[in-house]
Amino acid sequence: MFAERVGHLALQQLDAAGRWALFGTRAIRHVGAGGALGARLARAIFELGVRCVPVIVIVSAFAGLVLGLQGHYVLSRFGASGMLGTLVSLSLCRELGPVLAALMIAGQAGTALAAELGIQRSTEQIDAIELLDICPEGFLAGARMLSSLFVFPALTSLFVIVGIAGGWLSGCVLMPQDPDAYWAAVHSAIKSRDVFECLVKAGVFGLLTTALCAYQGFYAHRSGEVGARAVGVATVRGIVLSSIAILGADYLITALLL
Amino acid sequence: MTPPPTDNPPILEVRHLRKSFADRAVLADVDFDVPTGAVVSILGRSGTGKSVLLKCIIGLLETDGGHVLYKGESLQSPEVRSRLRQSSSYVFQQNALFDSATVFENVLLPLRARGKGTREEWEVRVRKVLARLELEESSERYPAELSGGMQKRLAVARALVTEPELVFFDEPTAGLDPLRRNAVFSMVCELQRERGFTAILVTHDVQEALVVSSRILWLDAGRVRFNGEAASFEASQEPELREFRDNIEALRATLKKSRSGSSPSL
Repeated sequence: MFAERVGHLALQQLDAAGRWALFGTRAIRHVGAGGALGARLARAIFELGVRCVPVIVIVSAFAGLVLGLQGHYVLSRFGASGMLGTLVSLSLCRELGPVLAALMIAGQAGTALAAELGIQRSTEQIDAIELLDICPEGFLAGARMLSSLFVFPALTSLFVIVGIAGGWLSGCVLMPQDPDAYWAAVHSAIKSRDVFECLVKAGVFGLLTTALCAYQGFYAHRSGEVGARAVGVATVRGIVLSSIAILGADYLITALLL
Repeated sequence: MTPPPTDNPPILEVRHLRKSFADRAVLADVDFDVPTGAVVSILGRSGTGKSVLLKCIIGLLETDGGHVLYKGESLQSPEVRSRLRQSSSYVFQQNALFDSATVFENVLLPLRARGKGTREEWEVRVRKVLARLELEESSERYPAELSGGMQKRLAVARALVTEPELVFFDEPTAGLDPLRRNAVFSMVCELQRERGFTAILVTHDVQEALVVSSRILWLDAGRVRFNGEAASFEASQEPELREFRDNIEALRATLKKSRSGSSPSL
């Protein structure tokens, strides 16, 4: 009985993983379905990118401020306060920037995407698109997934820059650190390899987040709930799975690229 | 309405269609033809699987058995299914309008999806169909800003802009008040007469079906219990069919009486 249940659950998860892979592949392969790809890309960049700028700026500023404070406190204990710029910039560039930016975008744009597609599913708009002989995955999710490949890296870069400035503010303006030493440490610490790793992570997180959130909304009717509840479940699953995927992928990419 | 073109070759042939949800068989063994140019109304009580039948034919729902032929070719083939979708339209019961697109964009999308012609030609066609359905002045509004009747007209405009040869109407007048229902209904009849498309209409309104249809299909307990001309349906003395037909009419009369102030006799 127990083995049967485990087997059933495993099959369900495999089925869902297969569907997700097919969904993502169809979305990218048929990205031009329904025409007006330029307009859809522009809209996706606006929704995923421009709308998320305020939250990225606010969160990155606070992340930088906290890093500056903590760094100043910890490094001073070891007589290494000159390393504050190195600590802040490398932490943000290699780890905190891509992960926190992706989680913020998933929270704002990913949930909106899952809810939008979930509503389109429950009001039969997706069926209507299918009956127009347009690939609904490509038409609704393709442009979003494609745009995430440059929106996430762009917002992550913004996150890192604002975060480093936040570190300078708390370490050198509010605390007695030397600003010249801070900026010199930032310049010498960040190598092109760090930037590369940061951008690769951001791109992968973008693709994972948009594909997972779009998938959850698209198949909201398979969530076991109906109507508004199904949309709610899809939205929650979208953000939860995206967050797990971001953190899991972060470990894998770090292990591969180190 | 169009004279019954019973001799025309079938555009659709539905053969032994079966569909169940969990243990409940909604369509048990559905079998019928749709002659080209005909207006076929599918009648039946609520929950008898009328909408499910339409969705099985067009491929929105997977069937458990049986098959559908479009111009003699099986719709199990993706190419044939794509051909059917390219030459047909579907008016959903709840309209299924694209809520983040304007009225104009809603009607433009089917033309853009077909990809035939230029943007200028599409715009001319969209404006023409919007004018025909008296939606021209609302072309920049969003579906949520329209009344129920206007939304229904928009759904019909979106369905007809591509000049399809086959149109599926899933309860096209559901949820509308009598005045709007008549307006939408007359408009659909007029457009069918003008353009001569084949129409499959799901409804539970017997009078509506009798006026508009060249053929009537009565679905009961997952099977086709009547398939014939509207006049034969009206004249049939088959007890169960008569009960369905007369009960609906009796209910309508009672409701009419109660609305006009007399005490209901239900």
